[in-house]
Amino acid sequence: MNAIIFSALSGVAMMFTGIFTTNKSAIRNVAVIALLGLIIVNLLHSYGIFVVRVNTHSMLQFETFGLFFNTLVFAATLLFVLLSGKDVTNAGTYGAEYFALIFFVLCGVSILTCYNSLLMLFIGIEILSIPLYILTGADKRNLKSNEASLKYFLMGSFSTGILLMGITLVYGITGTFSIEAMRPAVSVGAPNYGILEPVGLLFIFIALLFKVSAAPFHFWTPDVYDGAPTVFTSFMATIVKAAGFVSFIRLFDARAIEMGISWKIILPVIIIATLLIGNITAVFQQSVKRMMAYSSIAQAGFMLFAVYVNNDMSKEGILLYTAAYSIATIGIFAILTRMKDITFDGFNGLAKKHPVLAATNAVFLLSLAGIPLTAGFFAKYYMLAAVVKENGAGALWLVIVAVLFAAVSVYYYFRVIQAMYFKEGEPEITEVSGGFKTALVMLAVLIVLIGTFPSALLNWFYF
Amino acid sequence: MIPLLLILIPLLGGLINFFLKEEKTAKGWALLISLATLAASLAGIAQSGTLSFDAAWLPTLGSSFALSADGMAKMLTLLTAVSFPVIFIATNKNNYKNTSAFYALMLLSQAGLMGVFLSADCLLFYFFWELALIPVYFLCSIWGGERRIAVTFKFFIYTFIGSLLMLGGILYLYFLTPDHSFALKSFYHLHISAKEQNFVFWLFFIAFAIKMPVFPFHTWQPDAYEQSPTAVTMVLSAVMVKMGIYAVVRWLIPIFPEATAHFDNLVMVLAIIGMIYASLIAIRQDDLKRLIAYSSIAHIGLMCAAIFAQNKVGLEGVMIQMFNHGVNVLGLWIVADAIEQQLGTRKFSELGGLAQKAPGLAILLVILAFANIALPLTNAFVGEFLMFNAVFQHNIWMAVFAGTSIILAAVYTLNMVQKVFYGNTVPSTEHAIEAGSNTRAMLIVLVIVIIVLGVYPKPMIDLTNDTVSTILAAR
Repeated sequence: MNAIIFSALSGVAMMFTGIFTTNKSAIRNVAVIALLGLIIVNLLHSYGIFVVRVNTHSMLQFETFGLFFNTLVFAATLLFVLLSGKDVTNAGTYGAEYFALIFFVLCGVSILTCYNSLLMLFIGIEILSIPLYILTGADKRNLKSNEASLKYFLMGSFSTGILLMGITLVYGITGTFSIEAMRPAVSVGAPNYGILEPVGLLFIFIALLFKVSAAPFHFWTPDVYDGAPTVFTSFMATIVKAAGFVSFIRLFDARAIEMGISWKIILPVIIIATLLIGNITAVFQQSVKRMMAYSSIAQAGFMLFAVYVNNDMSKEGILLYTAAYSIATIGIFAILTRMKDITFDGFNGLAKKHPVLAATNAVFLLSLAGIPLTAGFFAKYYMLAAVVKENGAGALWLVIVAVLFAAVSVYYYFRVIQAMYFKEGEPEITEVSGGFKTALVMLAVLIVLIGTFPSALLNWFYF
Repeated sequence: MIPLLLILIPLLGGLINFFLKEEKTAKGWALLISLATLAASLAGIAQSGTLSFDAAWLPTLGSSFALSADGMAKMLTLLTAVSFPVIFIATNKNNYKNTSAFYALMLLSQAGLMGVFLSADCLLFYFFWELALIPVYFLCSIWGGERRIAVTFKFFIYTFIGSLLMLGGILYLYFLTPDHSFALKSFYHLHISAKEQNFVFWLFFIAFAIKMPVFPFHTWQPDAYEQSPTAVTMVLSAVMVKMGIYAVVRWLIPIFPEATAHFDNLVMVLAIIGMIYASLIAIRQDDLKRLIAYSSIAHIGLMCAAIFAQNKVGLEGVMIQMFNHGVNVLGLWIVADAIEQQLGTRKFSELGGLAQKAPGLAILLVILAFANIALPLTNAFVGEFLMFNAVFQHNIWMAVFAGTSIILAAVYTLNMVQKVFYGNTVPSTEHAIEAGSNTRAMLIVLVIVIIVLGVYPKPMIDLTNDTVSTILAAR
């Protein structure tokens, strides 16, 4: 509750900051302080200290998992602002307003991590999405940015429509918005709602699959990620996507049983399709930014495992995955914003001219590829382990398919490493400050630390 | 403590090496570190029994930082520890751009290799298995030959696919263990049904077969050996291929005894096909490095076949031969490097009559060549004899076919000696001079090892005796 209120207030505060000052570094500092405050109030909540007490009428339900996820997402946003704050203020004509929008997105995230009612799910997704449509079009003199924004808006509203349709069907047949209310009914001989409930749930799931850009609902992703200003792509691809997964998991936790066996067949198909499309298409990209867009689809395929199995291990897995994937992706995009040429060839010879940038970028890429000693390895490891733990030998084929696609992903991640280290070239790059480099090194160290001692992060989760 | 030191010394030494700017300091420091590692390894051998080290790492996952050095591990860490100083001294004259990074990565790969040989925890083993690969990937891709990027990438993707499949297998076994532990012991005590074994066996075997490499997974190897800078090729073929063999002996055979017995003929036939096939191709090669690469495939094939014969003689042979093959092939690569550094070519058609110009090198190469064809009194004779014996006990016909590779080995090895060192000099070798004293000194050391172990192989057999009996008992 703390986080929802505080993030909304921070958003408003940021808007007012824009009125009183146009000093960009002051704006950034306010944002950083607000984020720190956000993390603190969220932690306070997990210790049972509330800023304001609100009766949510069990439309929201706060659990350790959701709260910890909030902390993770806020921390990732903090890293993002520390690293790319300058790019946020320079992305378009405004400065403080973008931070305000980011805080509204975080407000949406905090609702999605704890909703207990389908209405709150809808509201959360809308609060999350509408600022994103604006952020995508932030660079308003750029045609591509406009196109991306419009495309995202149209597709997004369409999927929202489907979501509402699904919620209506479920409400109409069960008479409740609560996702919890269904659970006891199932165990004591569920009333048979016929076909309408699964169909309604199916619609809701389709809308969520759209949000996490799983195949075959991924078509907006490359264009939007490519068109949006790179800083906001970074934000969208990491924090927003992870939030989508958490809302997915919450719903699945409660309702998957009612969908019956069919989900155990549909989800693997979706997972494999997502891995296939994401990985194979990424191989053929010439622009690193577009490659990262497809890679984010591919990574979504891996994260879907957490929806598929849904046990303790997969919950830990999605937390690790969020941390690992967000840190690495934020880092890569931050470097990308500094590059003048964002094709693979633009990275040629980076190692010679900017060894720190190249080395940290290599760590991020290795992490995304899932090489041991980086956080990405344990992220993938937990996902696969969760699958094997739940289904034993029966799911081994799925694990094998997934690891083969992980091997494909090495192909395109390593192309960047090859360009940086093994090819000659004169990379053009805008000035990077010492602070930027330090932040990058910190991120890389964080990745290696999580990759060596993943339990350090997870122990936090269990307090 | 010693097992930990074997990993820590090269690891920290390697990291420090990145920051040494002076070329001489970087080389000197790398040599110093590798000698320190050698000292630690010798100290480990001096202590009897299994050395172990255990520290908490990931208690919630049931994985610990457990290292253990039994006979086989000691032997392989010794091989690793010996190889690096030898490589550093023999190639001391070679110049690399960005020397400090080169030596730093070399030391890191040594740390990775040590980790693979010492791990007594499957997750840790997987960690090191991958980590040994990363520095080598960078080494080959930065300092390699013309086609280095594509070739090294193929090598990387091949091994990476293998290791990911193995990860799937590891996870499966992990959830079978009653206490959810990655420890080697828990894996040894597993009771896996034959049906499961027959499936999971392949997940592991493919990873190891790619690394060894066994036919038909070998296609990355000749290209990678050819394109890598020779110092790295030495690491690859002298030590890194042993990872595959080691892993089969340590993990595959004891964990999947029934699957091993079920698929032994299939694997042995593949291995023997690989031996003959590689030998035949070796005969046709015109490039010194490619010839040694194919010859190496043939030798590894025999080791693989001998392991799957599953008897005491075979395992003993494999143990000795792992060390011996490392020493012999290291010698051959040093000669190849000396020739290439001086004359700028590796083509037989552009070489000839070197014996007149470099008699010392010629004598040393001839001894190495004899060891390569496993002539009596050389170290390889003992190992190969035991291994052929094992294959013979398993199946006479296999032994007959495998035996032809002895003849083929003689053909290509002697052919190589003849073309490079004898005959008339050609324009490119007209002004050749004797190889540097560093190179010769290292070759002499290797030749001494070859002859000593050829005459008196008992210490090596005794050293690895405990592993052999453990493996056979686990069956």
